[in-house]
Amino acid sequence: MTEPAFDVQLSLVAEAAGMGKIYRRGAEEIHALREISVAFAPGEFTCVLGPSGAGKTTLLNLLGVMDVPTSGALRVAGTTIADAGRVRLAEGGRDRLRRENIGFIFTEFFLLPTLTAVENVQLPLLWAEKDDHSYAVELLERVGLGHRLTHRPTEMSGGEMQRVAIARALINRPRLLLADEPTGNVDTKTRDGIFDLFRELNADGLTIVLATHDGELAARIDRVIHLREGRIVEGA
Amino acid sequence: MATPILEAIDVWRSYQRGSETIHALAGMHLTVQPGEMVGIVGRSGSGKTTFLNQVGCLDTPTKGTISICGTDVTAMLEKELVAFRRDHIGFIFQLFYLIPTLTAVENVELPMTFAREGNRRERALEALARVGLSEVRALPHQLNGGDMQRVAIARALVRKPRLLLADEPTGRLEHGSRVAIMDIFRSLRAEGMGIIIVTHDPTLAEETDRIIELRDGRVVDERKVA
Repeated sequence: MTEPAFDVQLSLVAEAAGMGKIYRRGAEEIHALREISVAFAPGEFTCVLGPSGAGKTTLLNLLGVMDVPTSGALRVAGTTIADAGRVRLAEGGRDRLRRENIGFIFTEFFLLPTLTAVENVQLPLLWAEKDDHSYAVELLERVGLGHRLTHRPTEMSGGEMQRVAIARALINRPRLLLADEPTGNVDTKTRDGIFDLFRELNADGLTIVLATHDGELAARIDRVIHLREGRIVEGA
Repeated sequence: MATPILEAIDVWRSYQRGSETIHALAGMHLTVQPGEMVGIVGRSGSGKTTFLNQVGCLDTPTKGTISICGTDVTAMLEKELVAFRRDHIGFIFQLFYLIPTLTAVENVELPMTFAREGNRRERALEALARVGLSEVRALPHQLNGGDMQRVAIARALVRKPRLLLADEPTGRLEHGSRVAIMDIFRSLRAEGMGIIIVTHDPTLAEETDRIIELRDGRVVDERKVA
């Protein structure tokens, strides 16, 4: 079989063609993803739905350039990460691409307990040698936390902490927001509030890929990709 | 005698819950000398974390004084506290709190980035070498728990604090990593750092110099480890 080539659609935010990921643990090979072909257009809100172990996190890690495929091709934000199973962008380039284009949200909030909300939001920017305090404040207001700017994570509820994490993921004005089970640690009411926020961000044009095992949440998202044992079984 | 790294005298932290006043700390005393490693044990709700937050300048006591390296921090304004904390105190947590999208070395650079300091990459690499981590470009999800905690320790050390506060630092680690992390703590102690470890784990506490037991926000038992 020949390796699939890209349709060159520069407007796509991310595109995978025949992409696979194998992890090696000693002599054992774990096929986390097999033959994934999927594209994400600007402004789309996509849900990746599947049980635990289906490959959701692996897929998000690849789309977020936190990891590289072992087969097939992957383009993110107009840059070829891998082609014909070979990595085409070096580590430093991947770090930069990720910092400039990707926002990431996880189940755990990963806020630094010693920093205030606004400092936590600024973290990725500080990294880029920029100082945009006013944009960090604006984002916290956007996620409904204008009154919590100088509070530390220990003084906040789970839902509030996740909103800070969302503001932090937006600070680099990402082209793609990846959310890995973002409501896994909050109650149903908070979950709905967080989901409404995703909806609003998407309505403003943000491209979002959200991974979850929560079918009820998936039912509210326009496009759902079903993942089972590392393969897309429906919705590509 | 050298100035103590920490001197906490009659520290109270009280909260109002409805009409009730809750004393999370009720007259807590503790002195930590340079090169001393102290274990704080006690049940959930005994005041361990509240105490760590006061000592770490993350919260202000209702009453009492806390001096760090001879400076009374209880009288400081919030802005001064932030600067003082960054210069004098390193924190380590059970859950590591590494930023998943940043590499190991970038995570270690963070505190220096905030303080707008130079030579960040060089100093971060030095701190990672100090804790024995060679995969400096790895992302947190590519590391095991022990190595993630090494990164977190390097981040806590990179600005050379005098006081290290560790809240259940080995709570998520398997035995081999736990031993390695304690070896790092012992070498830091040998360099004169003051270390406080809060833990539920009695075997970990036995590896410190002195064990303090808290109950209802005060010290109920204190003993030197043989």
